[in-house]
Amino acid sequence: MTSLLDKKRIFEYLEKEGKRLDGRKPLDVRKIEFEENISENAEGSVSVKIGETEVYAGVKLSINEPYPDSPDEGSMSVNVELSPMADEDFELGPPKIDAIEMARIVDRGIRESKFIDFKKLCIKEGEKSFTINIDIYAINNEGNLLDACSLAALSALCLAKMPKYNEKEEKIEKEITNKPLPLRRENMPIMVTFYKIGKKFIIDPKRDEEEIADYRLSIAISEEDEEIKINAIQKGREGSISFEEIEEILKKLEEIYRKQYLKIKEKILSYG
Amino acid sequence: MNKESSYKKRSDGREFNEIRPIKAKVGIVPSADGSALFETGKTRAIAVVRGPRTLHPQHMQDPLKGILRVNYQMMAFSVWDRIKPGISRRSLEINKVIEWALSEIVDLTEFPGSVVDVLIQIPQADAGTRVAGLNAAVMALAQAGVPMKEMLSAVAAGKIDKTLVIDVNKEEEDYEEGEGSTDIPLCFGSFSKKIYLLQLDGKISIENFKEILKMGQKASEKIYKIQVEALKNPGKEVRG
Repeated sequence: MTSLLDKKRIFEYLEKEGKRLDGRKPLDVRKIEFEENISENAEGSVSVKIGETEVYAGVKLSINEPYPDSPDEGSMSVNVELSPMADEDFELGPPKIDAIEMARIVDRGIRESKFIDFKKLCIKEGEKSFTINIDIYAINNEGNLLDACSLAALSALCLAKMPKYNEKEEKIEKEITNKPLPLRRENMPIMVTFYKIGKKFIIDPKRDEEEIADYRLSIAISEEDEEIKINAIQKGREGSISFEEIEEILKKLEEIYRKQYLKIKEKILSYG
Repeated sequence: MNKESSYKKRSDGREFNEIRPIKAKVGIVPSADGSALFETGKTRAIAVVRGPRTLHPQHMQDPLKGILRVNYQMMAFSVWDRIKPGISRRSLEINKVIEWALSEIVDLTEFPGSVVDVLIQIPQADAGTRVAGLNAAVMALAQAGVPMKEMLSAVAAGKIDKTLVIDVNKEEEDYEEGEGSTDIPLCFGSFSKKIYLLQLDGKISIENFKEILKMGQKASEKIYKIQVEALKNPGKEVRG
């Protein structure tokens, strides 16, 4: 828990100096680091660090019956595990609402940007298709797990290679090919979450900043013909947003995307 | 003994009593009281210690001493066939045998009503995950400054057909020729040389079993040295 005094300090410093306790400006992102292939038993896997926050993500493919409403498509499932390994306040047990919400936000950004070509994951219409399982584990929480999970999921997808499929026996063999997953790489989404503290907006919060924010707004965007398109939004927590605030956030988002996130996007796209 | 065994040479070229290349690092999770990585070959374990801290719910508290809880989890993508996240009978049993081993060496009499949580995760598995997890956990406990009677060093011993081996990998674990494979996870105290974790499944003669205990004990001494080296150099990856 952030103490009242700390809360006041974060608040005042941001208000008066326009800075954060670690010296960053409101819209600065901490250093982002990637470590590829943390498990050779995964089709794709990665560790992503944003500052001291760290998450692991891995992609595994399985074969399932397609959903009745999309018989010619494969599917995707995102799971986030927030264990006490990462944060003293996290509890053991089945995923709670925080983890479920996180997984769903990450899922929607990827799904709605049409980053994955689900039709190419179909094996036999109405009978068999690939499911992409993305499992994400929080290793250390120093804030902004949400954006870290999104980057990790995207990186693991880009790194992943299709497993060998045995057509005769209709099952996956224990072998990874060098064929990448059917991704529309030009559609890759980037998610940035804004936090409102007092009258200011910050991104990439540390744990205590995250805790005291009035609300958060996660926005996943992708590019189409050099125009930014919004694919998913989630307003988190209580607190209300004005029209002006939305405009301000969107303006800042574009700037952050071009100045800080394009090179990260390129880095992730270079995988595979 | 090895003459009549069909397993004459280890698939990865190791000597029969040789452990795989080890990597150990202390202090990998900044927000934790203690944390460590322990890798043997392609098996990787990370462990975090949180506490001693007040145990909730209150009725679980021991008024005389703190308690130690272990949670061991294999990541979904740590093995080829994806593991569904959540608890399994296997993981519950592993929690318990690791918990028994660690509870015996920690001294939590100074912390009544509190709990020390030990969280173990396996990102990549190639057999021997419980012993790798235990090795990481002991280092994390030491870094956290939890009072301990001695250190623990664990190793997965085994018998492949008729050959006794140390630090069994997955390929060896799945060996089916002759007598197949016998798994014997072992954990030794650094000073007492006593055994804190012992499991066995397979088929082995009494004589061979006594022999493998000695081999395991020797291997644990090598592991102990690496653990100590890593504890002396937090943040540095120690190899052995």
